[in-house]
Amino acid sequence: MLGTGIIKGLAVTAKNFFGTYTNPEERMTTVSYPEEKAPIGEHYRSFPFLVCDDEDKPFDTLRCVACTICEKECPPQCIYIVKSTDKKPDHVGKPQLYPVVFDIDVSVCMSCGICAEVCPFESIKMDKDFEIATDNRFEDLLLSRDQLAKPNSHYQKIRPTDAAVSDANLAAQRVAAEEKAKAKAAKDAAAAAAAAATKAETAEAPRAEADTPPPSDA
Amino acid sequence: MQWLVHHLITIVAILAVFGLFFAFLTIIERKFLARIQNRRGPNRAGLPWAPKFRLWGLTQPFADAVKSLTKEDIVPDAADRILHFLAPVVVCTFALMTFAVIPFGQNLIAVELDAGVLYFFAAGATTELTIFMAGWASHNKYSLLSAMRALAQLISYELPLLLAVVPVVLLTGTLSTMGIVEAQAGYTLGFIPHWHIFTPWGVAAFLVFFIATLAETNRSPFDLPEAESEIIAGHLTEYSGFKYALFFMAEYFGMTALCGLGVTLFLGGWQAPSPFLTFVPSYLWFGLKLFLMMLLLIWIRGTLLRLRIDQLTRLSWKLLVPLALVNLVNAAVWSLTADIGGIAQLARWGLSLAVIVTTFVLLGRRLGRGLAPRTYRYAP
Repeated sequence: MLGTGIIKGLAVTAKNFFGTYTNPEERMTTVSYPEEKAPIGEHYRSFPFLVCDDEDKPFDTLRCVACTICEKECPPQCIYIVKSTDKKPDHVGKPQLYPVVFDIDVSVCMSCGICAEVCPFESIKMDKDFEIATDNRFEDLLLSRDQLAKPNSHYQKIRPTDAAVSDANLAAQRVAAEEKAKAKAAKDAAAAAAAAATKAETAEAPRAEADTPPPSDA
Repeated sequence: MQWLVHHLITIVAILAVFGLFFAFLTIIERKFLARIQNRRGPNRAGLPWAPKFRLWGLTQPFADAVKSLTKEDIVPDAADRILHFLAPVVVCTFALMTFAVIPFGQNLIAVELDAGVLYFFAAGATTELTIFMAGWASHNKYSLLSAMRALAQLISYELPLLLAVVPVVLLTGTLSTMGIVEAQAGYTLGFIPHWHIFTPWGVAAFLVFFIATLAETNRSPFDLPEAESEIIAGHLTEYSGFKYALFFMAEYFGMTALCGLGVTLFLGGWQAPSPFLTFVPSYLWFGLKLFLMMLLLIWIRGTLLRLRIDQLTRLSWKLLVPLALVNLVNAAVWSLTADIGGIAQLARWGLSLAVIVTTFVLLGRRLGRGLAPRTYRYAP
């Protein structure tokens, strides 16, 4: 009969209406944003940040060595770096340059994550903070080095898997550096011993040969 | 002097009560529709001086009002400025004028006219004119298309609307809205009210009246004149700010007035549904019935899809008009056999009901002939 379909339709919408009161968890999928937030996936990314090892001394322990690879790779060119003229030791103790200025214009950034991919120093990573709205779209969206520096613990918190890989990588570098240093020390010691032995030998040698200079280690 | 004061007070009362009714109806509509679609609906607007208290977003209509009143009023260069300005004013005026003859409660009526129903339709029929005014004056093809559609629709549905009212006038013998409500007083066996909806001809007439009301007020599923997905906002395309708000308001006033008339004609007006409930003030009963009818309109809006223009006119001319005409004869027979008694009374009910149901089923079959779920030849 004409109209039965309409009645069926009305029944469906009535069921929907009352269902939102009797079974809100299943039916009302809306998340009331500022009060409650939907969970963010681990690989969600917003804008880049710079990793530092020590929260209390962000500048001294910044991993960035101002190599400017990210600056060159950035498609919308939102990164601006000024290299230092002097050097300071990095996490393995090797003297490296550091960024005097490291600016990211997040109003230009397109969150592609290429900077984080190309960085060989595990220094620039993608953050998850998306609530960066400000009143001023010029100054407040141009993030400086000190604003960008965030501790490694933050990185470990937002991306545990990636941070573990990164930490292992750095630890391996450190171990390698230590072994290299050890090997070098051993070599140095051996060379010194050898030099000492030669010296001893030459001491026993006739005085005329003692005028020749000892072999240098360099 | 007393006459002037009396009428001023009436006008202010109608404006205040129905203005507020309109305001809260918009938020109720939005919330109801949202729940139907498993959403939450507007729940953010609170009090500006106490943002902590949101009051379930109930102050939303006032925020909307402030917003629309402070918006820039744009008149297109090519528009007919006078008509463009006049259309929202006229539509709102006539929508408000129809409230004059609706009895909101016992002795609560603005103007007690002997030809109240006639006056109502005379004032209400200007809606077509104003929509065409708006569409024509905007000098916009979408507006004009909408105006054409609106004319076709409103003229198609004016006929069933009037034909659905005629049986009531026939049975009660009066055109006065007060008289019609009073004719529905009393209860059979002490609990069945004598409302017209509880008679076979009343059901049919109410059905036709209700569908025609949906079409007359451009409500979904008959919202072709302002079909958003087809012609932007129809005749409202070139309106903004205050003028748009006036159109919006007039639409809801028209809806409220027609529902009010429906309540008056078929649902017993301000009469209580039970004799032991008569202690509740009559205007509360009227308000409740009106509100339930509006909820039904919103419910239908949340359920049905928009018709095509050919389906729209076919529904009117092939179903509603014949049904209303058959119902007219049915009601005439009903009024002639009013004073038969006993078992014949049951036969009268049965016959009347049978006529209505048979006509409806037959017309429905004719209407749906040749229509079937669409089969897709090249898609699974």
